[in-house]
Amino acid sequence: MTTETAPTSTAPAQAHELSLIGALRANMRDYGLLLALILIMLFFQYFTNGVLFKPVNLTNIILQNSYIIVMALGMLLVIVAGHIDLSVGSVSGFVGALAAMLMVGWKFPPELAFLANPIVAGAICLVAGAAIGAAQGYIIAYHKVPAFIVTLAGMLIFKGLSLAILSGKSVGPFPAEFQMLSAGFIPDVLGPITTPFIAENGNNVVLHSTTMVIAIVAVVAMVFFALRTRARRKARGYDVEPFSFFVVKNLLVAGLVLFFAYMLASYRGLPNVLVVMAVLIAGFVFLTKRMTFGRRIYAIGGNLKAASLSGIKTERTTFYIFAIMGALAALAGMIYAARLNSATPKAGQGLELDVIAAVFIGGASALGGVGQVAGAVIGAFIMGVMNNGMSIMGVNIDWQQMIKGVVLLAAVFFDLYNKNKSA
Amino acid sequence: MANTILEMRSITKTFPGVKALQDVNLDVREGEIHAICGENGAGKSTLMKVLSGVYPHGSYEGQIIYKGEEQHFKSIRDSEHKNIVIIHQELALVPLLSIAENIFLGNEQAKGGVIDWDTTRDGARKLLSMVGLSEDPDTLVTNIGVGKQQLVEIAKALSKQVQLLILDEPTASLSEKDSQALLDLLLEFKTQGITSIIISHKLNEISRVADRVTVIRDGRTIETMDTDQITEDRIITSMVGRALDDRYPARDPKVGEVVFEVKNWNVFHPQHRERQVIKDVNIQLRKGEVVGIAGLMGSGRTEFAMSLFGKSWGQKISGEVFMHGKKVDTSSVGKAIANGLAYATEDRKTYGLNLIDHIKHNITLANLRGVSRGGVIDDLAEMDVANDYRKKTNIRSSSVYQTVGNLSGGNQQKVVLSKWLYADPEVLILDEPTRGIDVGAKYEIYTIINQLAAQGKAILVISSEMPELLGVTDRLYVMNEGRIVGELPTSEASQEKIMRFIVRAEGKAS
Repeated sequence: MTTETAPTSTAPAQAHELSLIGALRANMRDYGLLLALILIMLFFQYFTNGVLFKPVNLTNIILQNSYIIVMALGMLLVIVAGHIDLSVGSVSGFVGALAAMLMVGWKFPPELAFLANPIVAGAICLVAGAAIGAAQGYIIAYHKVPAFIVTLAGMLIFKGLSLAILSGKSVGPFPAEFQMLSAGFIPDVLGPITTPFIAENGNNVVLHSTTMVIAIVAVVAMVFFALRTRARRKARGYDVEPFSFFVVKNLLVAGLVLFFAYMLASYRGLPNVLVVMAVLIAGFVFLTKRMTFGRRIYAIGGNLKAASLSGIKTERTTFYIFAIMGALAALAGMIYAARLNSATPKAGQGLELDVIAAVFIGGASALGGVGQVAGAVIGAFIMGVMNNGMSIMGVNIDWQQMIKGVVLLAAVFFDLYNKNKSA
Repeated sequence: MANTILEMRSITKTFPGVKALQDVNLDVREGEIHAICGENGAGKSTLMKVLSGVYPHGSYEGQIIYKGEEQHFKSIRDSEHKNIVIIHQELALVPLLSIAENIFLGNEQAKGGVIDWDTTRDGARKLLSMVGLSEDPDTLVTNIGVGKQQLVEIAKALSKQVQLLILDEPTASLSEKDSQALLDLLLEFKTQGITSIIISHKLNEISRVADRVTVIRDGRTIETMDTDQITEDRIITSMVGRALDDRYPARDPKVGEVVFEVKNWNVFHPQHRERQVIKDVNIQLRKGEVVGIAGLMGSGRTEFAMSLFGKSWGQKISGEVFMHGKKVDTSSVGKAIANGLAYATEDRKTYGLNLIDHIKHNITLANLRGVSRGGVIDDLAEMDVANDYRKKTNIRSSSVYQTVGNLSGGNQQKVVLSKWLYADPEVLILDEPTRGIDVGAKYEIYTIINQLAAQGKAILVISSEMPELLGVTDRLYVMNEGRIVGELPTSEASQEKIMRFIVRAEGKAS
């Protein structure tokens, strides 16, 4: 990395701004991935004759991929710690089935009827998922059975359990409150706004104003915190990005956020599930970047022995990671079931592969120690947009599979190629 | 006088920055047992690797003349082709294959890629009987003891019609009985006309079996002794006869009261439950004192330190640890750190650093609490800490964001030190703190050690380089085969004295 001396008049003498090239290079991996996602979206926008960017379709992409992204967050931790979890698809299917049986399938006696309440049932499902993850994590962390084997066994076990508790049938429909998890949108408390813009159908675009307000507040907060961090770093004499770069970067991100908010607002506003996702993503970014727990995960994946000799409780950390993964698989399972409005014995099967692919496309290393939340989320969207775009284009499912396989391989290949070149 | 079978003439081998061998000469006569002695790092193993083709012809200067012809070995295969076989310190057996499979590994008794198991087993049985083993050739190597594994290695060498057998510290991990058996075997081979070169630290063994001894020191040949000249005293003097120059910063020790004490420490091997590796060790460290543990490789120093630091090595650990006279619990790494203990490993790449992460994250890893509140890391505070220690220990890098794996050995070692300094221990155990780093960086590390002692820390240095121990410590313990066999102030110590402690202990043990 080049660090050029370019002190600004306001900063202490030793504060440097990185050169533009240096800043670009330092962030290339992250922005490269984001750029790839944008290019893929533009590609499909063109080849689907503009369908991809239609508000209803963008909303659909989010709804279709929400459960993958939720699980990718947990899978990122698992993979960074140097493990793998093959059971998440089956666990999510099992928890979806459990949710259906609690709310619809089982007939409880009156004194236990509260169990069928969607909120109680949802909480039970989350706890069940966390317990499943914890059980697997216990065997992996404390008995040193390889995660690949433990979770492969888990995959078979929970596939079987879903079949068993559903008695091989689909169970539904869910109560309306539960469906809201996937099908609902946040209420427009501020009321709709009619804009002067004309939509395709000739009517004026009506915006979900609450969505726009939330987006604007989020963007302002983001810029505020970015500015504050920058100022603090500078005040202590640390290197910062060139101001021009900082401005362009923030403008781009803010623009993107507002653009997507506008698109969503011109349909039905923020989907509930996007709110859940956004909170989770923010939480996991914070966990991995700022919390000691996150730091320990990277240390364990980077060098387990060194981490353990530095006083890190490696077993306990591993155990928690799998418990978190289990809870997220449970949440994903509920989102999936709520979206289909029924639990089916086949639900969730094969999802683990999409989740793992998303994390690897997002730049995580199969050897552990490397990977970012943002990467995993973008990786999931890359897969999701490709699924969506190819379906709209009418590409056959066989071709879709092959193309996704090639993209996964190419993404990891280029990542390693770049790393080897720079090393 | 017998013919010379092997002559190595003015061998010089250079590694980046280090001259490992300089003008080394060695001549070995047909049918003799020739011992090579020298301190750790003197260049013995390097010389044998040159001979066997591990370092190919062209990567060194000088000539190898074997049976009257100059040889240009490009690989181990070439030297084995001439019936020279080397057995390394770390055995090269595949644990989960059978004895027979291991003996013929790479040399399978096969026709057209199909293994002939009858020939393999019969051949193995014959070779095993030659080395005095009656094991079933189908036994897995992992199921026999280290001593027998060593013999399997020799049987493997015999299968290659060995004429010159090189053994690198063959008895280092063997019990007394197994060592005797092995040495007897060498004597037996001698009567069959097989020439052996044996590298060993154990002077009693050498005086027992060797016909001649060559001593190497600092990559140079010092002398070759004939049978009638061999005495332990003379070998020791040749091995260590080196003046201490000012490669060590001056020390002005201010030693205070006892801070740290270990009593009756016993540890058993993690795999072999019955093998006791550390036996009744008692040590004391005082405030501001630098104490060394001297000993040969395999004497148990690292095992002792790691077992002390959160039971990171061994099993059935017993004994007591006192800090300021109060008994403390060091049974997990976290507790050991919390009680003021730190251990900087001898193997920084495997046990010390997260090589794929940068300097900043490595430095704070053992004390994340110091830069966080309620589990949330204060990035700027962490940055201050990292920059502070980077300056204090003089880590040369473009910034604290440089990946540790790309740093030189000396700078990596400074990162390890920084990590433990930031954990702010009262007692710091440094295991081979200058292994594999250049002279300049060594001086810097010694300076840091002095500063720490001046701040009142107690420091325990484990080192295989005796001059280093004599240069940086105030007091020395000598360890041999898991026991403390001597203790003396450094002012009264010399390499000869230390060697004598070890040799005397070896003599008692045998």
